[in-house]
Parts: sequence; structure tokens; C-alpha cells
Amino acid sequence: MAEKKFNKKKESSPLSYHEEYRDKKTPQPQKTPSPEKERFTLISGYTPRIDGERIVTGKAPFTHDINLRGLLYGKILRSPHACAQIISMDLTKAKNLPGVKAVLQLKKEKVQYVGEQVAAVAAVNEFIAEKALKMIEVEYKTLPFVVTEEEAMKKDSPRVHENSNVQKFSDYSRGDVEKGYQEAHAVLEKTFKTEIEIHHPTETHGSVAKWEGDRLVVWDSTQAIHNVRNGLAKALNIPQSQVKVIKKYMGGGFGSKLGLNDYTMAAAKLAKITHNPVKIILSRKENSLTVGNRPSSIQTLKGGVKKDGTITSLSLINYTSGGIGRGDRCSEPMIDIYRCPHIKVNEYTVYTHTGPSRPTRAPGHVQGTFALESFLDELAAEIDMDPLELRKKNYTTKNEGGTGIPYSSKGLDQCYQIGAQKIGWHRRNKIPGQSNGRFRKGIGMGTQIWWGVGRPETLADVMLHPDGSVEAICGTQDLGTGTRTYMAVIPADTLGLKPQDITVKIGNTSYPWCGASGGSTTTPSVAPAIRDAAVKARDYLKKMAAEKLEIDSKNIGVADRKFFNQNNPNQSITFKELTEDLSREKVFHGEYVGRPSGYAYNTFGAHFAEVEVDTQTGKIKVIKVIAVHEIGRVMNKQTAESQVVGGITQGVSTALFEGRVMDPSIGTVLNPNLIDYKLATSYDSPEIEIHFVDIVDPRINNLGTKGLGEPPRIPIAAAISNAVYNAVGIHVKETPMTPDKVLQTLKEKEA
Amino acid sequence: MEDKNQKKGKPIKRRDFLKGFGGGAMGAAVAPKFLVQEKKTISTKEGNIPVYSKKKISLIVNGKKHTLSVKPRDTLLDVLREKLNLTGPKRICNHGECGGCTVLLDAQPVYSCMFLAVRADGQKITTVEGLAKGGNLHSIQKAFIEKDGYQCGFCTSGFIMSSLALLQRNKKPNLEEIKQAFSGNLCRCGNYFKIYDAVSEAAKKMRGA
Ligand code: FES
Ligand code: FES
Repeated sequence: MAEKKFNKKKESSPLSYHEEYRDKKTPQPQKTPSPEKERFTLISGYTPRIDGERIVTGKAPFTHDINLRGLLYGKILRSPHACAQIISMDLTKAKNLPGVKAVLQLKKEKVQYVGEQVAAVAAVNEFIAEKALKMIEVEYKTLPFVVTEEEAMKKDSPRVHENSNVQKFSDYSRGDVEKGYQEAHAVLEKTFKTEIEIHHPTETHGSVAKWEGDRLVVWDSTQAIHNVRNGLAKALNIPQSQVKVIKKYMGGGFGSKLGLNDYTMAAAKLAKITHNPVKIILSRKENSLTVGNRPSSIQTLKGGVKKDGTITSLSLINYTSGGIGRGDRCSEPMIDIYRCPHIKVNEYTVYTHTGPSRPTRAPGHVQGTFALESFLDELAAEIDMDPLELRKKNYTTKNEGGTGIPYSSKGLDQCYQIGAQKIGWHRRNKIPGQSNGRFRKGIGMGTQIWWGVGRPETLADVMLHPDGSVEAICGTQDLGTGTRTYMAVIPADTLGLKPQDITVKIGNTSYPWCGASGGSTTTPSVAPAIRDAAVKARDYLKKMAAEKLEIDSKNIGVADRKFFNQNNPNQSITFKELTEDLSREKVFHGEYVGRPSGYAYNTFGAHFAEVEVDTQTGKIKVIKVIAVHEIGRVMNKQTAESQVVGGITQGVSTALFEGRVMDPSIGTVLNPNLIDYKLATSYDSPEIEIHFVDIVDPRINNLGTKGLGEPPRIPIAAAISNAVYNAVGIHVKETPMTPDKVLQTLKEKEA
Repeated sequence: MEDKNQKKGKPIKRRDFLKGFGGGAMGAAVAPKFLVQEKKTISTKEGNIPVYSKKKISLIVNGKKHTLSVKPRDTLLDVLREKLNLTGPKRICNHGECGGCTVLLDAQPVYSCMFLAVRADGQKITTVEGLAKGGNLHSIQKAFIEKDGYQCGFCTSGFIMSSLALLQRNKKPNLEEIKQAFSGNLCRCGNYFKIYDAVSEAAKKMRGA
């Protein structure tokens, strides 16, 4: 249910990135902002988070922490069956349990996966609510089910939806791949697999709903307050103006919190019936079953290459499974990164009776890049070429995927150069697997492309108060990426103030509109909007200062909380003296209007990894990673570096540890916790070195900045895979590269 | 589950654990006097035994004494969060898998989600809220801010408490020791590399270097 609604929304659909971000070919007469000429003092520096103190003292209010007078606790009854018809449901016993305030049937007909919600309870405490769940009597007629891709692909397996379990959802072609293979000196075909991953944000999903008369207030652990507001208004058939959604702090989402959730609806309904606020916080197990996953993939790549390294043809057949939801389009990197005249792609979703997929930090790109970049190293080996040289040989400065328009900025060449130098690329085994001994070291790399553009029409305000205090306001959300901090840094830099002079307000649908925080769109949306507002405020104050100082406002400079005469810095007026002349607070509206067409806007990066493989135990250790990214102008290096560190850790986790395991006999998840579902721990973090290419995108927005959310998540698994290949001479070809698979692969190599 | 707490704190012997539990057949032999007795009894193989619903305990949390009445099943985490409104300790897994709920019991880090409140009776507990003194942040807190030892911040109080436990027993930990100290803490945002830095910096600050 929620998934369907979710997919309809253009801005949150996992498959819409392609359409939404694809840049327009025809240039339109639009002003180019030319941000590269601007000079800043705080922007691109290291500003500690302005809300750091709230976090380290435990005072930052997360949705889990919301406690209201008269709060009731909601719990959800979930299907124990992977596929079943609900015959009847009796709520009487549960309703009669003392302490229970409301019981709701949520599902009437069919359930399609273990964990799908069927009923909800609100009670005075969690214990009673849990107890009540056990007293709800549901009679099911169980139906045949299928929970693994392999089984689901068989002709006679139980159907998940009406049509066959295997459905084509994406194809692409350019040139003539067969012709390309004929021109090639070497042609290879390999299959790579990736496992389904669970987002597992530390803060499990949850909402608190409270009615104030006809008005609904919801605290939600979400990446998209406005999506949730609009979703609630629509589903409850009430005006959007009567719904307020608040999200102050959130413990991670990674794509799993982009839309309205059905438990939020349940909380709102229970709150309505009981006239009390209701809090529903999912358990770790529920998080494993029902609020999203990264679809798996089985990708068969074929490629042809000439002796000089020219890639002539590439093709991809992908079977990807996201449970009852759709799989991920994994072909984007193949279509866009390299110059290759002939490409053919066919992608199929394989439906199973498991929880629906949701976008997961760099949907499709993580899986696609792992396969493509691993494959390229094998192509390079076929023609005895340095794999990095192969990539450089097929470098492109224009969009290859259809429009042919040039990139507004592309610093990938510099990423290659810096990364190779810092890792010591010359140290790698010239022939993959040429080293000996039990512990074998190798070096490998991977390339990344992603979008990273802003959402047009993003709004932000800067408010000046007569007492000199300043607010920066935007209806966005900070996922831990540092949004709050650069929202202080930008106006501070623009107005000659310090970040601590700015009060930042976000996470409330009463504030100016901003879209979901996903797809690396937040910074290139919010930063230009807040800059726009800040520039307007600055210009207004400059005019006031010019009058006071009796000079031309063109000659006014701003710094150190002062507006001064650039020709005579001694002649100045303080920021505070200026604002005192305001009769009331003054609001300046900023907007990010969009990017000029005629150019392609993307982010680029490369990761270089060094690993050690224990050939006796099959254990892979990632020793060091050099990450180099081109994201235009960096807003705040302090938080940007953390984003990269996080992307790398999560990528190590993808490469080595993560995978949902299903029990095909009873159709449930076997590892719905944080012990059996292995995440990277403090022992698994490599040494990390981060570089940002010094480029300002000249057109994308008034700051020349692009997004960074997904980029560092993308190339790392491929870099590790190639480093392992470089160490032992064979790709493991399947994530997670667990010791058993490594040993198996080594055995195959010997045979 | 016992292993986890053992690694991080005082070893809990199974016998102690059972003693802490009022009610149920397990508690039959050691039915503690201090429990508030309800009228109900349940019958077991060993005859009828009384059911206890609540116990009065006192906790010294961040230097302040609180007297509370708790159910035998209440975890220390729930008591801290729900009854004392201390939202620093987080419930990430509720099963001893992540360290988000880490608090110090005396000087030992424990998973408060795995620790029954009745067992903490009379003991000193420190949560992340108790670190700053008179408006001054603790060196560890300062270091986490300076080195950006967090992203979303949801795991952070757990990491800070584990850092405190480490730095109280080891003034100059090396990287391996830091990694080891966090073997019971998960950070899904994956900021370990920055956290190592924060802890080294905190150690420096605490040594006055
Ligand atoms: S919440 Fe206690 S260890 Fe996870
Ligand atoms: S900072 Fe988000 S989980 Fe650690």
C-alpha cells in the first residue's frame, strides 16, 4: 500500500532519478550565476556543527524522544505469513484488555509478506499494547509463496502479483552491440551478484500523532516532512493546511524514510479515536521486515575492447529483486560514465513475497557500479592494460546517455590523478594475483557518477531582527549531513557574521517549502536558496549603510560583523547598529530557481582501496581508502568529510558483510536484528583519506555546489572488489564477499 | 546477552541475574522481601507462590538520588528514558546488539536495555546528560564536536559513554584500544574513523596536553 503511494510520488520514486535529473538539451536563455568569481571566508572551510552541543549532551530531540501528556503507545500486529488470505479477525479480546484504548483492523484481504501490517493497538504502555496484539485473533488461509529470486524466476512458482514474477522495467540501447563485439579484440561475459541490504538506520522508523481539534500534528522520523504532510492530508482527506509535520532530529534514513508510512497513518487514526496523542516506534525486527531494502541484482555484463583500450560494446542483463516492490535500475553507470558507442540494457524485476524495496543511498548505482567497474578490470587484464588507463582512454566530457550535451563541470580526471598518486598506484600488482603467500595485498579503484542537482522552487528565508539577531529558515531536514550548519555558514559568510550569530530553523512544514532530503539534492537546493535570501538581506543592509556612511553602496564591504567602506576600512558601521534602524523584523525570501539547460550536471568521484586477503581464512581486510570527489564547491568540509567517511564505511559493509537472509521454508527474514545482520563495526573501518577537487560548477546554482549524499557510497564496493582481484587474481563477483565465498572463489581459480 | 554485558561491565552471573528477577517460577526460591506483594499467587510445581508487581528502588543518576517504584521487568533504559526523562541513552535495538543505550554503572559501561532496573538499586549511574559540569562541556564532548565524531547523532551518547569508560581506565589509548573500546557500539552512519580522532583528541584534552 504505502509503497504504491510512495512510487506515485515523482520526487520519491526510486526510478524517477533518471527522468527527474536528466538535463535538457536545448539551451534556454537563462542567467548563468557565475559563482566561481565569489570569494568566501567561511564557506568551504571547517565549521563545527552549530548543533553539536545539543547532540553531545543528549538533548537533541529525536522522534523517539517525543513525550507528550497523555501519550498512548501504539503497536502493530504483523502478518506471520508470506502469503495468506485474511479470513476473519476478532478484536474483542484485545479491546477488553484493561489499558487498551483502541484497536484497529488495518488489512482486510490479502497479506503478501511476513511483517505486513494487519492491525494496530493503542494502549497506556508498550507492555499492554504488546500483550493486546497477542489477543487479536486472526484467521488466515495460507497460500503458496516464494521468497527467493531463484525460485521466483521459475515458470511454475507462485505468483506475487497478477502477472509473471519477472517483469521488464527498463531497457536502453544505443548503436549496435553486435557490431561493437565484431570490432573488439577481446570480448568477455561475466555475472555479478549483489545481495538485498536493509537500511537499518539507528533510529528505527516511528511517528507521534496528535490532534488539536481538526488539526493534525505529527512528529515523524522522516527525510521528507512535506511528503509526509501531503500524504497524510490526502489519505485522511483533510486540507494540507490542517496538517503539520515536525522532524527536528533523525537517526538516519538512507532513503528508507522518504514518504508517508502506513504506521504513521495508523498513529493518526488511533489518535483520532482515542483523543490522545499516539506514538508508534517500530522495533529493530520490524525495521528488517517492512520499511524497505536495497534490491538485489544478478547482472550479466558483456563487453568488447580493442587492443588500444577502446571499449566498443557493453551490454547488461539485470534481474533485480525488491520483494513485492520494484527492483533497482542498475544500468545508469554503464550508460553514462564512459564513451562507448554501442550499449544494450535489459532490466527485469523479480517479485518475491518479501517486504517492498525503497531507495537506498545511491539506488542502482551501488549495485551497477560494483558490477561495471569490476568487469572493466577484467577487460583491462584481457588486453594487458592498466585498468586506470583503460578508464582514461574511454573518458568523456559530455553526457553519453542520450543528450550528448557537455558536462557543466567534470573533475573526474583530477579524481583519477589525485587518487592514483595518494594510494601509490604503481605499488599494485602489475598482473592481478601475482603476489604469493598467505596474506596477499592488492590495490584497486572504482569510478562514480551520480546526479547531485537541486530541486527548483526550493524556498528559504533570512530574517533580520532589530536587535541584530538573524534567523535562517527552511522547511528542510538535517539527516546528520550538516544542513543546519551550512544554513548558518552561508548567511554568516554573506553578512559578515559568525555562524553562531545565526539561528537556524528547519524541520517543520510551517517553514518555506523544501523537498525531500534524498538523492543528494538537499545542499544544491537549500544552499542556493538561503544564499539568495542572504544576498538580498546583505544588499538591503548595504543600502542602509551606504546612506549612513554617505558613500556608494558598491563600495561597501562586509566582514567582522561590520559594514565598511572598502576604500577606507576605518569608516564603518556595525551590523547591530544597522539593524537597530529596522522598525520591525524584516524577512528576505530566497529561492533556488533551477539550473540553465544545455548542460549536464553530475557529480564525479573515484575511490582507491588497498586490501589484504587472508587466503587461508578467506577474510578480506580493507587497509586504506583514498576518496576523491568532485562536487563543485564544498559548503562545509567538516561535515562533507564525515559524509564521505560514512559512505566508505557503508560501502565496506556492502562489500564484505551485508545481506538479508530469507528462510524459504517459512518465508521470513532469518537475520532481522543487528547481530545476525552484520554491519561494519569499529574494527572494520579502514584508514581514510579524503580529497575534494577544487572546482566550482560555473552554472548549476549561485554557489556552484552539487550534492554529496550518494557519491561516496557508490564506488567503494567496486574499489574493494578490484583490490581483491589485484591481490588474488580473481574477482569474488558477489557481495557480500564473505570468507566462504572468497575461499570458494580461490578454489575455483586453482581448479 | 550475558556475554555482552560481561565484556563491557561487571560480569553478571546467572545466579545474580535470577535473583534480580522477582515473580515467576524462577524467583520462587528467592522471593525478595522488598517487593510489593500483590494479592495474586500463581501455582507452580513447587506450590503457590506470590506475584510481585513493583519494587521501590533508589538510583543515583548523574549525582542525584531518585527513589522510584519499578516493575521487575523494567529495564534501566526504560526507567531512565520514561521515568527520568533522560533521552540521551537511545533504544536502537533493545537487545544488547548496538550500544546505543550505554550508560556507566559506577565506572563500567553497561547496556541499559539489557540491565533490569531492580539490579541497579542503590547504584551510581552516569548518562551522557551528566557529563557537562556547570555549563562546561566535558573534554570528550568538546572533542566530538571539534572532530565531527557523529553524523545523525543517534548513536553518539553511547559512543561518548564508552569513550568515557575507556579514558577513565586508559589515559593514552592507541588506535587498537580505541577500536576495541567500541566493539559494542554500532554507528550506522559509519563515522568510526572520525570517532577515533575524537577519542584521541579527548584523551589529549583530558591529559591536559
Ligand atoms: S539498545 Fe541497548 S544495546 Fe542496542
Ligand atoms: S552518527 Fe548516525 S548512527 Fe552514528
